[in-house]
Amino acid sequence: MIVGAIAFYLFAGMIIASAVMVIAARNPVHSVLFLILSFFNASGLFVLLGAEFLAMILVIVYVGAVAVLFLFVVMMLNINFVELRQGFLQYLPIGGLVGLILLIELFFVIAAGITDPEVVALASAPIPPLSDLTNTEALGQLIYTRYVYLFQTAGMVLLVAMVGAIVLTLRQREGVRKQSIARQVARTREESIEIKTVTPGSGI
Amino acid sequence: MASLWQGYALPGIIILLQILAVMLPVMISVAFLVYFERKTLAAMTLRRGPNVVGPFGVLQSFADFIKVFFKETIIPTGANKVVFLAAPILTFVLAMIAWAVIPFSEKLVVADINVGVLYLFAISSLGVYGVVMAGWASNSRYAFLGALRSAAQMVSYEVSIGFVIVTVLLVAGSMNLNDIVEAQRTIWFAIPLLPMFVIFFISALAETNRHPFDLPEAESELVAGFQVEYSAVPFVLFFLGEYANMMLMSALTVILFLGGWLPPFDVAPFTWLPAPFWLIGKIIVLLFVFIWVRATFPRYRYDQLMRLGWKVFLPASLLWVVLTAGVLVTFDWLPA
Amino acid sequence: MEDLLREYLPILIFIGLTLGFAILFIAGSYFSAEQRPDTEKLSTYECGFAPFEDSRSQFDVRFYLVAILFIIFDLEVAFLFPWAIALRDIGLFGFWSMIIFLAILTIGFAYEWKKGALEWE
Repeated sequence: MIVGAIAFYLFAGMIIASAVMVIAARNPVHSVLFLILSFFNASGLFVLLGAEFLAMILVIVYVGAVAVLFLFVVMMLNINFVELRQGFLQYLPIGGLVGLILLIELFFVIAAGITDPEVVALASAPIPPLSDLTNTEALGQLIYTRYVYLFQTAGMVLLVAMVGAIVLTLRQREGVRKQSIARQVARTREESIEIKTVTPGSGI
Repeated sequence: MASLWQGYALPGIIILLQILAVMLPVMISVAFLVYFERKTLAAMTLRRGPNVVGPFGVLQSFADFIKVFFKETIIPTGANKVVFLAAPILTFVLAMIAWAVIPFSEKLVVADINVGVLYLFAISSLGVYGVVMAGWASNSRYAFLGALRSAAQMVSYEVSIGFVIVTVLLVAGSMNLNDIVEAQRTIWFAIPLLPMFVIFFISALAETNRHPFDLPEAESELVAGFQVEYSAVPFVLFFLGEYANMMLMSALTVILFLGGWLPPFDVAPFTWLPAPFWLIGKIIVLLFVFIWVRATFPRYRYDQLMRLGWKVFLPASLLWVVLTAGVLVTFDWLPA
Repeated sequence: MEDLLREYLPILIFIGLTLGFAILFIAGSYFSAEQRPDTEKLSTYECGFAPFEDSRSQFDVRFYLVAILFIIFDLEVAFLFPWAIALRDIGLFGFWSMIIFLAILTIGFAYEWKKGALEWE
């Protein structure tokens, strides 16, 4: 299917080009926008693989939520570009080390995929045709039962993230007047007005 | 050569025609929707509304369009040109491509994908970008504030929309929009899931930045919110996108809760009319409600808006998800 | 597989078509309408005097908090989608497994409510 091949090269080329632009762009906002473009094309690749559920979740979670936060942070903080570039050499060794570790890990993953018989058998197992079982259902049948511990761990991680975000960012500001609807509604005549008899000529 | 024609060119042309058959009517109906809105608002406030261009003023929107098309495209000096122009294009593209999965009848759909609901959810979650990019690129205080408010607002209501969609999926048992419509043959989901229907419709108002949640635009305080700096065609694209989104949210509400293209009763006089008629008719009714709400309610305050989203809709819809699932599991009513 | 891709092809074409249409639209107007810019016209819209500084400034940290909370709930929704579809096949065990997951997150939700993270002043 030649259209599929064209689509693959289109998406793959766009991912690489926009990934390069993420680190090459001078303006950090442009970087984030290119990052979004590359997420978007990655979801196109997922569709080509037949993983439509993952493709949509990638757009919903990464583009629709995570990248919004990135954009918020980058747009609204006044980042000084000159200062940012000065730190570049200083952080280069650490950055390089992290990159190297990732590279080695990737290498092991790929090596295991080729040599480990169990992984190879798993990867070459026939996939049931999509007409019988959509991949959303297939995922649903596994996540909540077979991988229940991992699933609950994910819940814990989300809980920690929620609590962490609140602890780090929540500041109580002083002197803010809040509306209390319950109090407004429960207001009675007795507590809100007071009748005074005013004698003429003297005032209160 | 014949195989090339049969294999690629012919299907390609058919797809192209299908797309145009969806895209052009959507764009034209935006023009009539604007007219309809102005007329309805006018009637509700005892005015006459547009009545000069064409019979009863029906051509008003087209006249406006021609005027705006020949206006000068202003790009402010402080603006970031590429992002500034990309924002309206993005808004327009998103509002249009969502229509690809809307089923007008059992067969009449451009792309009948398995995960139609997720696709629409994904598209609506991307809507934030048009607004944020516009607000940031304009480099104007009003635009910036409008964009910020809008982003937080859209994001907050997105969550409850997600939970509502999950409830519908539980009852329908599929993410394909046509299957969801078919599942409503016996009863429209608006009846058993009435609270969810209400939450979804109100969230749709907030998601499209319509009254009474139009804080991002808030003419009286932010002039026009994130759109202040836009003129000519970029402005038209925002406008088209906004109204097409309104129609899209109505279409989604109809498909999820009001039986999509199904006639209200499956008996003779109702089944005579073709399926697309019912879908479009229901969409028009919902659009009327959109406008009616605009004419009736005052604007929300920002803290009220956030409270409604996070403290009322979120827990209510989450609770309803659990409740629905519980009922379905206990009585073994889950769809096959 | 082939069928699946056939359903997605129109979407790809749709994106290309609308993108091209929008760009043509802007270009058409730009070249057909008279463009006569001047400094005042291109300045930022303000009531009265020109802005003193760049409008892209820091803003309330609350907006970040909203974005972070949104990510968490969005993930929660993402987990709910396959569950809603497959609930029949995974039975009671799957049902309770999700209820526990939601209960854990409800604790977090209750915490943020109590802490006042959802208040907007």
